[in-house]
Amino acid sequence: MADRVARAVHAVRALLTGGDLPPPVNDKRCHRCSLARTACLTAPGQPTCSHHALPETGLTELLRTLFATTPGTSLHLDGDALRIAHPDKPGRHLLPLIRLDHIVAWNGVSLTDDLIHRCAADGRSITWITRNGRFLARTSGPHTGNPHLRLAQVRTHDDPALRLTLAKTFVAGKLHNYRQLLLRAARDTTGTRQTRLRDTADNHTQALTQLAEATTLSETLGIEGNAARAYFQGLDQLAPGMATGRTRRPPTDLANCLLSFGYGMLRVSVHGALEQVGLDPYIGYLHGIRPGKPALALDLMEELRPLLVDRLVLTLLNRGQITDRHTQTLPGGAVQLTDEGRKTFLEHWSKARERPWPHATLGRDVPAALIPLTRARLLARHLRGTADTYQPWTIT
Amino acid sequence: MELLVTYDVDTTTPEGERRLRQVAKTCEGIGHRVQKSVFEVVCTPPQRLHLEARLQGIIDPALDSVRIYHLDRGTFHNAKHLGAAVDAAHQEALII
Repeated sequence: MADRVARAVHAVRALLTGGDLPPPVNDKRCHRCSLARTACLTAPGQPTCSHHALPETGLTELLRTLFATTPGTSLHLDGDALRIAHPDKPGRHLLPLIRLDHIVAWNGVSLTDDLIHRCAADGRSITWITRNGRFLARTSGPHTGNPHLRLAQVRTHDDPALRLTLAKTFVAGKLHNYRQLLLRAARDTTGTRQTRLRDTADNHTQALTQLAEATTLSETLGIEGNAARAYFQGLDQLAPGMATGRTRRPPTDLANCLLSFGYGMLRVSVHGALEQVGLDPYIGYLHGIRPGKPALALDLMEELRPLLVDRLVLTLLNRGQITDRHTQTLPGGAVQLTDEGRKTFLEHWSKARERPWPHATLGRDVPAALIPLTRARLLARHLRGTADTYQPWTIT
Repeated sequence: MELLVTYDVDTTTPEGERRLRQVAKTCEGIGHRVQKSVFEVVCTPPQRLHLEARLQGIIDPALDSVRIYHLDRGTFHNAKHLGAAVDAAHQEALII
């Protein structure tokens, strides 16, 4: 008996000093259910529970984001519901809070303290952004208590070799996905337009080869910059009638305005995903650390941009669903979306977030809304050393 | 899961009116009100148990009745509305 106690004490000591989380013991919960609110990472072939036999959408209800854009709106807490009040809209408008996992408030929208506190307590994040979609502030309740992960993140940052590998991985994901986007666009067209699109895609192929041999971070950034320039120079081939080149702060044409707004929305969700997993969004690998710059969020966005934002923007432009009448030009030359345009874009954005995308690492389809979270969790696994490599999210 | 929650609460007494308000408030916290005492709810099985337990605690079993129908997925989407009915935003984009 004394022997067993001594052994147990020894094992516990080793566990405490080891700094590694033990695997769950006697945890009969299905991963899918306990993580249904977030994203289940159970890979095919792993032991599963009976719930996995249900159809993919049988159990999870995708929680949604509330975009509050109309100035003058105020959001209140009413029991377990969220009450929307606007002086011009009479009546009680209620939404069950239980179905929301995020609130995005443009400035001009006010939230009561009660609502903010309730959201913080539930772990429902709130993001405030400017009328142009620039990030202002965010609340997300207490930080996830995962010091080991945070340390691992910092240690990886301080290791030049690991840092370079990760930075190259993010860029590789981005280049690959942009290449897919270009080739796909080329398939649907003919003539010089097709040739030019294929040329730009070849450019990305070469960049990928160069990337494999890159030995420094600045080299990696250079390869990425060149490929990005080539891509944006070909913007008129992807969406005929559009200006070429990338302009930002401020964007000076419709396509750039939509891209900036879309990247802003993606950033909100990537930033939130990183915080939810317990990673520090400000300590990144590809984008150098600078105060106030969410470098890791920007890193993780790279591989998601082409398919989740660019493709939606190009579709909207090519179908004429968003045109110049949805934007206004300010005296300085800056182009921004009108209230109407912002609403149209967000409607399409919300719909696009429900679209399932194949996810090779997980071996199943994942809705666009959950991709940032699955990426953040896979990155966390890699940083903690549970997974040997971090593979970017790419489609073929 | 998709649920349809309907209730009848006896409101001849002040206590009854109080119960009615509490039942309505509880339902507002989980679903969309589509008629005066009819709610459409999209939730998970644990949330349903939670809802049932709370309603059980509010109502007077001798006077009030709550009915919860478990519907097939997609029923709300296919529902037809006549007259001044509201279309509950279960899946649509939430932009205000």
